[in-house]
Amino acid sequence: MRPTFWRGKPGLFKPANPRDAKLRESGVRDPNPRNLNSSDLAPQDGVNRRAMLGLGAAVTGALALGRNTALAQSEGASPPADAPWSQSLGAGVVDRPYGNPAEFEAGVIRRNVPWLTAGTESSISFSPLQHLNGIITPNGLFFERYHAGRPDVDPKQHKLMIHGLVERPLLLTMEDIVRFPSVSRIHFIECPANGGMEWRAAQLNSLQFNHGMISCAEWTGVKLSTLLEEVGLKKEAKWVMVEGADGAHMNRSLPLEKCLDDCLVVYAQNGEALRPEQGYPLRLVVPGWEGNVSIKWLRRIKLGDKPWHSREETSKYTDLMPDGTSRGFTWLIDAKSVITFPCPEKPLHGPGLYEIRGLAWTGHGKVKRVDVSVDGGVNWQTAQLHEPVLSKALTRFSLPWRWDGKPALLESRVIDETGYVQPTIVQLREKRGTNSVYHNNAIQTWQVKADGSVFDVQLS
Amino acid sequence: MSSFREMFRLRRAIHIRTAMPGLVPGIHAFSKSRARQTWMAGTSPAMTKNERSGSRLKVAAIAIALFGLSIGTASAAEPGHFGYGTVPTAEQISGWDIDARGEDGVGLPPGKGDVATGEKVFAEQCAACHGTFGEGEGRFPKLAGGQGTLKDDRPELTVGSYWPFAPTLWDYINRAMPMPTPHTLSADDVYALTAYILNLNNIVPNEFVADRDSLPKVRMPNRDNFIWTDPRPDTAAKPCMSACVDPAAVTISSTAEGKDLTPRTTGPLDDMQPK
Repeated sequence: MRPTFWRGKPGLFKPANPRDAKLRESGVRDPNPRNLNSSDLAPQDGVNRRAMLGLGAAVTGALALGRNTALAQSEGASPPADAPWSQSLGAGVVDRPYGNPAEFEAGVIRRNVPWLTAGTESSISFSPLQHLNGIITPNGLFFERYHAGRPDVDPKQHKLMIHGLVERPLLLTMEDIVRFPSVSRIHFIECPANGGMEWRAAQLNSLQFNHGMISCAEWTGVKLSTLLEEVGLKKEAKWVMVEGADGAHMNRSLPLEKCLDDCLVVYAQNGEALRPEQGYPLRLVVPGWEGNVSIKWLRRIKLGDKPWHSREETSKYTDLMPDGTSRGFTWLIDAKSVITFPCPEKPLHGPGLYEIRGLAWTGHGKVKRVDVSVDGGVNWQTAQLHEPVLSKALTRFSLPWRWDGKPALLESRVIDETGYVQPTIVQLREKRGTNSVYHNNAIQTWQVKADGSVFDVQLS
Repeated sequence: MSSFREMFRLRRAIHIRTAMPGLVPGIHAFSKSRARQTWMAGTSPAMTKNERSGSRLKVAAIAIALFGLSIGTASAAEPGHFGYGTVPTAEQISGWDIDARGEDGVGLPPGKGDVATGEKVFAEQCAACHGTFGEGEGRFPKLAGGQGTLKDDRPELTVGSYWPFAPTLWDYINRAMPMPTPHTLSADDVYALTAYILNLNNIVPNEFVADRDSLPKVRMPNRDNFIWTDPRPDTAAKPCMSACVDPAAVTISSTAEGKDLTPRTTGPLDDMQPK
């Protein structure tokens, strides 16, 4: 577990605001809520009483104590009272030169399932979909998948090599790559193991853990086709091997047609440089295909006449069927949708009018329609899709719903522009059994109980 | 709050700066100087902030035209059209050209290794996670056994039971193992480990020597059970809208409620260790 960031290194940053310095001396925790540890969330009365004396009880109380305490004190901020923050001078510009989320959003973080993997270096973390609004995943909340941990790559030393069945092999620096004509595209990336724990039965009572291996960003970089034209392809070239600079030297084979179609070699994510977690300084984005092929920390592209059958496309990322055969090269992400409100993390509070909200996506292109059922799939209503509806990107949907306070079974079902209809888990199991791990795009059922609580269930 | 004095000092500073001749309020001045620099860099030095917007438009039009032209030629580009980067030397390529193809072993380097050597290297480099006989410690992957289990309720996917191609094993050990120090073993050691793991799975005999010729000839037990063409879509759900199923037949077959498997989704990260 990571210790509180600056408490151990008091000299690391010069305090921009004297108030910060005072907080620091008094032992109040890191102002960046993402760097909390468990002791930080527990009330620390002895320490904080000192801080309170120096600062104005309401403000310090909210900072120093748990959220409940802050809520209890918030009455002093409601009408007719003027809030403490309305009667004091706020922090100035560059107080936080790289902005942080509000203190009160401290729980909105990527999370992992410790029992799922041997360690955290070859593992997964999940985006908190229950807290996200819109189709873009904030860079700090984009899900993580590593096979040999997160390398911290120096962009000045990083190179991209393109070779194999090409006319003119090429070695590019990051400066070279940025000079090529650039494009920006919004695409999701989903790990094909998203929902993989639910093949057999409902197991995890959480939107985040059942669906959070998907995120969506605006990517900026150069089309892979531009780079392939620049090296010139020999006519025997049919396959492309892409490889990362991480310790796993992660590599996958891709058919040339896809590489010439819409693949991107990107250096930016949502307007800033890629995050190290997403492949800084350079990654591949293969729109609509399983996330593993979107190689991070991309360092090598090799053209060949056959696929490589690397470990990650034979031993892993293949789908074992009930008859003992396996499917390989199952790259496409089929259409999928999920209701993000309500969900186990965001229950209902009493009968009344609600907006059911959710996300839909498909590797085939655009989402055409999303239907919602509140009775476990007996009857369906078509939801409203929200603009923008982009190809191979997350798409928002919503449906107003007057909840009568009775138990309900909520489901969403997407239909994409190819006419493909999202299946139920029963339909998937009929074809694929329960051991195929990947590509579970089944309809999610949320059980709403009379008290408004929500549970992950499966229907027979 | 010592900030009152701070604030006073700050206000004085602002006051002094705004009072200085020639410095109009900051943001305005900044944007003007930026604009001037941009235009000077792009066109003639004479073109300053005082130029009329008409000529700006003209320049922009030329710029767009030029840009369009360059893109136009790029789409039908000859190799080397942009001319960025360098052609890597043979030495540079060979350092990174580490892949060995699974099906035919193309890319396997010179060198060799036998089962007995592999057993020693495995004990030093691999056994801590994978177990002395490839049985796997904790949740680390099991490397041996499991043959004949692929149709079982709980199949065991190992090198012996699942992997289709032997050269892939060499390639993977070489590129990604040992996990704390990947790609540091010699080609001979990787060949030896490959021989040992194949031997643990009873796929090669004790006297087997792995090299670039022998590995592609090893026939893996599960080789023919892969379909390399995606058969999806394999479901044909219909978008029925009303009375799609009998309401009485809608029953919950499983629930995550009460299963103690879900980490907390509030507060700090949940390590799920008993407190």
